Amino acid sequence: MAVTFYINLAYLLGAIAFVWGLRLLSTPDTARRGNILASIGMGLAIIAAMLAPLENTSNNYGWILGGMAVGAGIGWVSARRIQMTAMPQMVSMFNGLGGACAVVLALVEVFQFYGGERTLDSGQLVIVLSTLLIGGVAFTGSLLAFGKLQGLVRDNTLTLPKHNIINQIMLLVLIVMGVMLVIQGQEAGLTMAMIFTVLALIYGFSFVIPIGGADMPVVISLLNSFTGLSAAAAGLIYENNFMLVGGILVGASGTILTVLMCEAMNRSLLNVLIGGFGGGGGSAKGADGDQVAKEVSINDAAIQLYYSNSVMFVPGYGLAVAQAQKVCKEVDDLLEANGVDVKYAIHPVAGRMPGHMNVLLAEADVPYPKLLDLDDANSALPNTDMVVIVGANDVVNPAAYDDPGSPIYGMPVLNVWEAKNVIVLKRSMSTGYAGIQNPLFFHAKNRMLFGDAKDSLNKLVQELKNL
Amino acid sequence: MESVYEFFNQNLFLIYLLIFTIILGFEVISKVPTVLHTPLMSGANAISGVVIIGAILLIRQSDPNDYLGLGLGFLGVILGMINVIGGFAVTDRMLEMFKRKK
Repeated sequence: MAVTFYINLAYLLGAIAFVWGLRLLSTPDTARRGNILASIGMGLAIIAAMLAPLENTSNNYGWILGGMAVGAGIGWVSARRIQMTAMPQMVSMFNGLGGACAVVLALVEVFQFYGGERTLDSGQLVIVLSTLLIGGVAFTGSLLAFGKLQGLVRDNTLTLPKHNIINQIMLLVLIVMGVMLVIQGQEAGLTMAMIFTVLALIYGFSFVIPIGGADMPVVISLLNSFTGLSAAAAGLIYENNFMLVGGILVGASGTILTVLMCEAMNRSLLNVLIGGFGGGGGSAKGADGDQVAKEVSINDAAIQLYYSNSVMFVPGYGLAVAQAQKVCKEVDDLLEANGVDVKYAIHPVAGRMPGHMNVLLAEADVPYPKLLDLDDANSALPNTDMVVIVGANDVVNPAAYDDPGSPIYGMPVLNVWEAKNVIVLKRSMSTGYAGIQNPLFFHAKNRMLFGDAKDSLNKLVQELKNL
Repeated sequence: MESVYEFFNQNLFLIYLLIFTIILGFEVISKVPTVLHTPLMSGANAISGVVIIGAILLIRQSDPNDYLGLGLGFLGVILGMINVIGGFAVTDRMLEMFKRKK
């Protein structure tokens, strides 16, 4: 009896550690402690699960410890090796594996049920099928998100005509099949359950296919909450309250994060899921043939920056790709040394994940107070002499204000054109992740500085040192 | 309808737990500054690795000769462990950088 008490106590403490850890994770000063606390909670629960008294157990500790060693090794090495810029796809991949784990657990139940080894009442069957569906979608959806962010899969290449209708039909079929599986019970047979599983996996892929552009962070967050829900459903299968609490916490927090992100873009979740970004660009006005973007030389850019009173950097995904955060900080230091006030404007969805830019700039030791959020940046912009846009595009697109035909119309953007001058560091005139042209490039105040962001910033550093 | 009443009465504790946990999850997260969104998502992602508990219980309950159960459980433990260890380690790496600049 005493053993059961300690096991249950360990689960309880683990659950408290999760809640408290998440709470500490929500403030910058305590965030690291929060993460460590949550990991201790997980450790406690794993030990409890290993030692909990079970009926008819043969323990098979060798299998468990072997699996844990392999998984811990892979997880640790990839987490340590991954570059900060590739963080979003890494998180997406880890998330997908969690979903896969839930699918595996549910599959075991399915095999045992249809093999006649155990019975499931209709309530339990609903839970098992939900685990398969939600976990499966989280798994394949996260894999595709990984592929897209890693650049392995290009946006739009897989989109079918009427893709959203196909998705809706697929979801409908899944629900109908699920209901039939529950009603028919064991008579439905393993084959139908396997078709259901495969279809759920295909749906996960298909569901992420049309989503792209600035919506990628939203979908990762949503898939994260799906993994949480599938873990919670698996907790119901195993009648384990700890799994239930952990899974639901993630499901709820993931949902809130998703909603916060949608609000930041002034769009509804439904609108994000249906997509519409990227595909063909809608009726976006874009570049008329006679519009020409004006260029600026490195030398001129350096002089303009050096003699400004205030400079604001607008980092975007291009900064991450070019690994330019540290050079950016060098330019910042040189300008600060000359008394220029340097700030960074962080759009909520800049990069591929909310807060992505904050993480990168923190890596380059940019002090936290220098980072302005959307509202603060927009009120500071009219008094800013120079804006330097490093690899951002859609988040500074004026079409969001004045072109109702644009796919990003209505999204709050950084009003960089209100500053006195703008310089855009960019490889070419190509469109941003949303696949639409940016009228800012042709704006009277704007000058283009073509080239790789890191390269251009390095040259700027040289020029600034020579001044 | 009778079965719904019965389900509710029998699982009352579970329903309480579910509802309060959902409210707790919403409350804890809703005041987070944007800076912490990525680490928070990553930390929550590590927590969703709790599913590994199920995989551990599965292996322990499997018959030593049931290679399907053991094999799938083994796979589940690997997947779950990557999620847990990788998730916490990545989050820690991110947060470490927030600390250093102070």
